[in-house]
Amino acid sequence: MRRVSFPYMGTSYIPFEKLITAFGNEVVVPQRPTEETISYGTKYAPEFACYPFKIVLGTYIQALKAGANTLVSSGGVGPCRAGLYTTLQEKILKDLGYEFEMIVLEPPGRHLKDLMHNIKKLINTRLTLRDYLNIGRFTWKQLVLLDKVERLSHKTRPLEVKKGESTQVYKKCVELIAGAEEYKDLTDIERETQQLYDAIEKRDYDPIKIGIVGEIYVLMEPSSNLEIEEILGELGVYVERSMFLSGYTISNAVMDLFHMAGERDAKKMAAPYFKEMCGGHGRESIGNSIIFAKRGFDGIIQLSPFTCIPEIVAKSILPKVCKEHGVRFLTISLDEQTGKEGLRTRLEAFVDLLMAKRKKTKPVKVKSLVAKEMA
Amino acid sequence: MKIGIPRALAYYAYYPFLNTFFEKLGLEVIVSDETTKEIMDMGIQDTITDACVPIKLFHGHVRNLMERVDYVLVPRLVSINHESTFCPKFLGLPDMLSCSISQLQNMLEVRIDLKKSRLELFMVCMRLAKKFKKGFFSAYNAYLKALLSFKNYTHQFLQGGIPPLGIVGQKKNNPIHLAVVGYPYMLYDPYLSLDLIKKLANMGVYVVTPEMLSERDKKKQAGKLKKTLFWTFSNEVIRSAYYFFENRNVDGIIHVTAFGCGPDFIVDKLMEIDAKKYKMPYLTITLDEHTGQGGLNTRLEAFVDMLKIKKSRKEAALA
Ligand code: SF4
Ligand code: SF4
Repeated sequence: MRRVSFPYMGTSYIPFEKLITAFGNEVVVPQRPTEETISYGTKYAPEFACYPFKIVLGTYIQALKAGANTLVSSGGVGPCRAGLYTTLQEKILKDLGYEFEMIVLEPPGRHLKDLMHNIKKLINTRLTLRDYLNIGRFTWKQLVLLDKVERLSHKTRPLEVKKGESTQVYKKCVELIAGAEEYKDLTDIERETQQLYDAIEKRDYDPIKIGIVGEIYVLMEPSSNLEIEEILGELGVYVERSMFLSGYTISNAVMDLFHMAGERDAKKMAAPYFKEMCGGHGRESIGNSIIFAKRGFDGIIQLSPFTCIPEIVAKSILPKVCKEHGVRFLTISLDEQTGKEGLRTRLEAFVDLLMAKRKKTKPVKVKSLVAKEMA
Repeated sequence: MKIGIPRALAYYAYYPFLNTFFEKLGLEVIVSDETTKEIMDMGIQDTITDACVPIKLFHGHVRNLMERVDYVLVPRLVSINHESTFCPKFLGLPDMLSCSISQLQNMLEVRIDLKKSRLELFMVCMRLAKKFKKGFFSAYNAYLKALLSFKNYTHQFLQGGIPPLGIVGQKKNNPIHLAVVGYPYMLYDPYLSLDLIKKLANMGVYVVTPEMLSERDKKKQAGKLKKTLFWTFSNEVIRSAYYFFENRNVDGIIHVTAFGCGPDFIVDKLMEIDAKKYKMPYLTITLDEHTGQGGLNTRLEAFVDMLKIKKSRKEAALA
């Protein structure tokens, strides 16, 4: 029996668990990264490994200790390092004496055959075409819903009257979605979550708006970015993130299959400043910053794992871009040494700065775009 | 017309081609000065702190040149073969420069992407020649001469020399043979590498670098990894290392890497794990703008002494 585990990123474990179980495997659900995870990661990863590498390595170690014998991960074609994570992680873990099989799912564009072959290894039960369609439909819906409730939490949090209410509702929604068994459940849950959010008492004002860009893992996994979205929301800021899971899955798998470039707009926007695709999400960071600026956001925050190559390139370009588009930006380098208190102080200072700037430049509108969207 | 070439990054791997091509085209080629503390400091000022040293140095060298030439050549090195590209920082180099040195108005950005065919290189050269209003024949001639000079250069390496450091034939009968692997711009910039190779040579070590192995020998090691690395220079480094692991024709390996280098955390760890497997003495030297001479000397001496002792023990055991 395969006992499968995989990296932990945001709420993605929920659909993955369902998917892999449906294929007839046992799943060792990866743990949300904790200090222990990170300490394993930093202990066994090379010093200069990017932060996501360390967290994922730590997660694997915990999963193997919990009895996993198969690790599944996505690959990648570079030019950044993420696509080579698995090669090195496998070596490190085997060197530590763990026994397991590493299954790497490469994006379909170049290695469609390998992908099929690897997926086959994971299918350990007889399924009809209909089953496949059902599983596919269910998983996708789950992904989309998870993204949706998260987006709603970002919108509601700055407007909430009772602090912490949105976070609670969000947690509740995730639980509901995770508990769904069938497609029909999900449609019901969709309605229910909407009602839950509607019931939150909201103020009507125009919050400071900050767009978050950066490398995908630290963007999507709150424990790696010290729950930055929550901190900002509680400071009364409306946060929007440039990347969501379902969006990422599309651009990575589907677009790749048809050799289309994902995230078209962001790339086009970035083109004058960033002419070459250089892996990771550096170019998207620039492009999305411009999009946020055009939409009237007050500030941009770039999240970058310490030593992340594409984000270093992006970071060198951001000052110019933000100056030309009249937004302020703040770069936050994340690694195991970044402290939450320090981060909070920096964020508070940044938000104060944005407020001061807004007072100077534009009168506060009575009803904001965000508030309108919410209505 | 003066064309400036920064003495940094890809320069160290391809300078004979670059210099010859532009000279034969009839331009005046000005290479930036050899790295000094001043150049390093200028580079540090222009770049963000977490950029790696070689990138900082490139900025410094551009500063050193930009006011005394008509054009500063900034290559955007994308690929030279179909299997790999270069480090993302090479790919974004011109973009970074135009943002971090805003006064730089005379950048000559040249994109080099040869994955489609070898012919591409010729096309790039033709486009450049056209820009400088040179005819087809002088361009073709310059291109051929440039290729020749590059070939000659690689040949010198195969003969046991290290031309960028002015080292000609090394004595094969030196007691200790050491492989020093790393990117050309790390190994062959004497300021950045704190003259590491010459130091070793003075200790009576025969030094082999990745450039001194034939393409064929390196290619043969390509299958050693489950997945080819994405970066051209990294493949050179790791394949050389595997060549030495297999053939055991050196006594140890030193990996020279830059502090905070992106690709190298993978490259270094892979080599470290496998060095253990092959029982090959292995030392990583990480360099940055603060590395001091003293510490480096001690580490090198200790490593070489260890190898000498090991060797004499082995010989004693055999005798
Ligand atoms: S994008 Fe950044 S974090 Fe991701 S692999 Fe590359 S360097 Fe590491
Ligand atoms: S390979 Fe390493 S040292 Fe070279 S430019 Fe990239 S990050 Fe810097």
